[in-house]
Amino acid sequence: MHRRFLLVVAVIAAACTPSGPEGGAGRLADAREAAQRTFVEPGQLDEFYLFYSGGHSGQVYVAGVPSMRHIATIPVFAPYPATGYGFDEESKAMLGEYTWGDVHHPAMSKTAGDYDGRWLFVNDNANNRLARIDLRDFKTHQILGPIPNSSGNHGSAFVTENTEYALVASRFSIPIPRGTYAPTSRYATDYRGVLTGIRIDSTTGEMSLGWQIATPPFDWDLAATGREISRDWAVWSSYNSERATGRLEVTASQRDRDYIVFVNWRMAAAAAAAGKGRMIGGVRVLEPREIPGAMWLIPMGKSPHGADFSPDGRYVVGSGKLAPIATVYDFEKFLAAVQANDTVGNEDGIPVLRYESVKVAEVPVGLGPLHTQFDDQGYAYTSLFVESAVAKWKLGPFDGHDSALVVAKIPVHFSIGHLVVAHGDTRHPVGRYLVAMNKLSKGRHLNVGPSQPESSQLIDITGAGMTMLYEAYTEPEPHFAQLVRADLLTPIEVYPKEENTNPNAIWAATDAAIVRTGTTVRIRMFAIRSYFSPGEIEVQQGDSVIIHITNGEQERDMLHGIGIAGYNINVVVDPGETKTIAFRATKPGVWPFYCTNFCSAMHQEMQGYLLIKPRGGGAAAGGM
Amino acid sequence: MRLTEWLNAELSPRARVTVLGAGLLLIAAAALPLWKMTMFAAMFPEGLRLHIFSWKIVGGANGADLQGINILNHYIGMREIRAADFVEMKFIPFAFGVFFLLGARAALFARVRDLIDLTVLFFYFGLFSFATFAYRMYSYGHQLAPEAPIKVAPFTPPIFGHQHIANFDVYSFPAPGTYLVAVYGLLLVVVLLFEARRQRVLGR
Repeated sequence: MHRRFLLVVAVIAAACTPSGPEGGAGRLADAREAAQRTFVEPGQLDEFYLFYSGGHSGQVYVAGVPSMRHIATIPVFAPYPATGYGFDEESKAMLGEYTWGDVHHPAMSKTAGDYDGRWLFVNDNANNRLARIDLRDFKTHQILGPIPNSSGNHGSAFVTENTEYALVASRFSIPIPRGTYAPTSRYATDYRGVLTGIRIDSTTGEMSLGWQIATPPFDWDLAATGREISRDWAVWSSYNSERATGRLEVTASQRDRDYIVFVNWRMAAAAAAAGKGRMIGGVRVLEPREIPGAMWLIPMGKSPHGADFSPDGRYVVGSGKLAPIATVYDFEKFLAAVQANDTVGNEDGIPVLRYESVKVAEVPVGLGPLHTQFDDQGYAYTSLFVESAVAKWKLGPFDGHDSALVVAKIPVHFSIGHLVVAHGDTRHPVGRYLVAMNKLSKGRHLNVGPSQPESSQLIDITGAGMTMLYEAYTEPEPHFAQLVRADLLTPIEVYPKEENTNPNAIWAATDAAIVRTGTTVRIRMFAIRSYFSPGEIEVQQGDSVIIHITNGEQERDMLHGIGIAGYNINVVVDPGETKTIAFRATKPGVWPFYCTNFCSAMHQEMQGYLLIKPRGGGAAAGGM
Repeated sequence: MRLTEWLNAELSPRARVTVLGAGLLLIAAAALPLWKMTMFAAMFPEGLRLHIFSWKIVGGANGADLQGINILNHYIGMREIRAADFVEMKFIPFAFGVFFLLGARAALFARVRDLIDLTVLFFYFGLFSFATFAYRMYSYGHQLAPEAPIKVAPFTPPIFGHQHIANFDVYSFPAPGTYLVAVYGLLLVVVLLFEARRQRVLGR
């Protein structure tokens, strides 16, 4: 009797347990409609460019939306033999001693708070660098850094309203200048966080060191730049206001609130220009007390992460990963609190404003809120990492009914990090699509083994709710992205011959030359369908060989590559482009070179020989 | 009036103005392409273009197509197309100038004879130029280098109309400059006919 009862209970319990979490399968409500809305006919173009960061792959990926097709990879911080990046002297010089970077937050250049389609700035979280991609040719043109004093360039790159500055912040505090030693027992006093303004030339996009502010050793996290009323201001979230070391997941999670900082970058720039602060590591570093009124801390929900300005610059939405709310700060109330000096304390002299005086809402968006984007209909979208969902909520009215603001939620798969709405961090968002960039895909794809891709999901945000449309997989690992109207960009398709200013460019096979100066052999090489000129290069073992190779084509998609067997060289030259290859001919023998980028029916014949005579004459033994 | 008398007859003021004015068409024609060739293939959906002027050859895509076409042609051993090789590109602009001056002479001295000279010379020039153009097309397609990587049977590219050559659809048609030249020739004939009728050389 008793045993039978137990059995019945067990059967009932089993019957009550669902086979998976509610809504876990994530099937589309109307697959046919979703397919129609994302299908881009072969030969037809997507409406948006999606520039997404490639995380520790060091690269930037370009996809089309709504199709989500990967179109191109823009190598930035890591060599990429597919385009020859990191093999020619020009890109090697940009990469310097590093062969990887950690790209998190691409920022398109802006004019009057809107994308202007000129440049894309991306950060390297690992080695404290910033890179500029020119969207005229989709190539990396500058890598600035390592930026002095700053360590862990995470809160970056975010550009000001008219691309005056790209902003940088240190995620990891260190004793400065970099290279200084201090034990972590002196963390609270000897380690400094650093906020940096990188000046941007308005015509060339060239980046240069502006100014820095040395801060308490908080871990600066994410930034956003103001617009209109807040145009002179930037904000950064921070964690570890405990100034702790060791196991930060515990030691930096003791306070209920950390801080968001409001920084008047224009005042900082003016103070630096006036000669305030002192030079440390080659850059002018300001102490907060030297720029009174330019820095204000405000408490922010536990373990802060995202900080985002509303399109009109009026509100800042901040989220703490361990508090289930999105905190809305009102910039007007911020200004009033500053005016009234409504402070509750300070951190190393930086005033802390009263939370209640600046905050206008705590919207209960859900678990693990990270980042917020905006549309043009007055809605905000917050990613929920822990909940694996996106919350859609109304940006006001903020009359105390905060929970009524949340209007919809959609599950994503899984553990979303950033999300991006088209033009969602500008003055004029385009409320059509949202891409959720998820950290985990958990087998939602054909099984490719343990190293699983990240998933990105396309969500329609027109109308009252949100509709899942499509998903795609990306190289590790997307953080933030920029989703940009395609008609904003007009890239070139060949480098016009007339604009090639390289003194070693040549435009006819007959101009090809091999010139020896001492032990340096300089070759001006011409590549065109379907041959190299010269097709044979003879040098002595030990010579320094410099090859300037010009692609003489002016036709779209006529790329030529030159791969040199045994010498670890592969450079790809676009039509009208000149690149330089330099190496020492250490290994004697005969080394074939060939066109690596398929060009024509005679591509296979596009080849030649690098003949390296052994030192001291005579036939050398085999090379490899 | 007998024909021999008419040669020395005077042109009407209207005829003189027309002949002088028509000369401007030639000046304009020198600034416009005379002929246009367009080549389509699967990987050239937007086409490769040649705009042939009286004094230069300009490739489409801001000039890039000329080199593109030459690169393709080199595979079949065709000579490089270069403006410098076209003797027509020296004499045609010169001839345009000559015709303008001859027209001015006819207008100034108002003699029918001058207009007839001009008209006859012009039509001879037109036919001659077209013939050399056709011969040049023939030569490009027939004087193929024997060591070319791709051997094709000698051919004549289209001079007027459409032709399918290997993977290319080639179209060749007159361009606005030629239309102006044609209107010029037509005007000369019309003026002569009107003058002949006015002075009763031709039947009523």
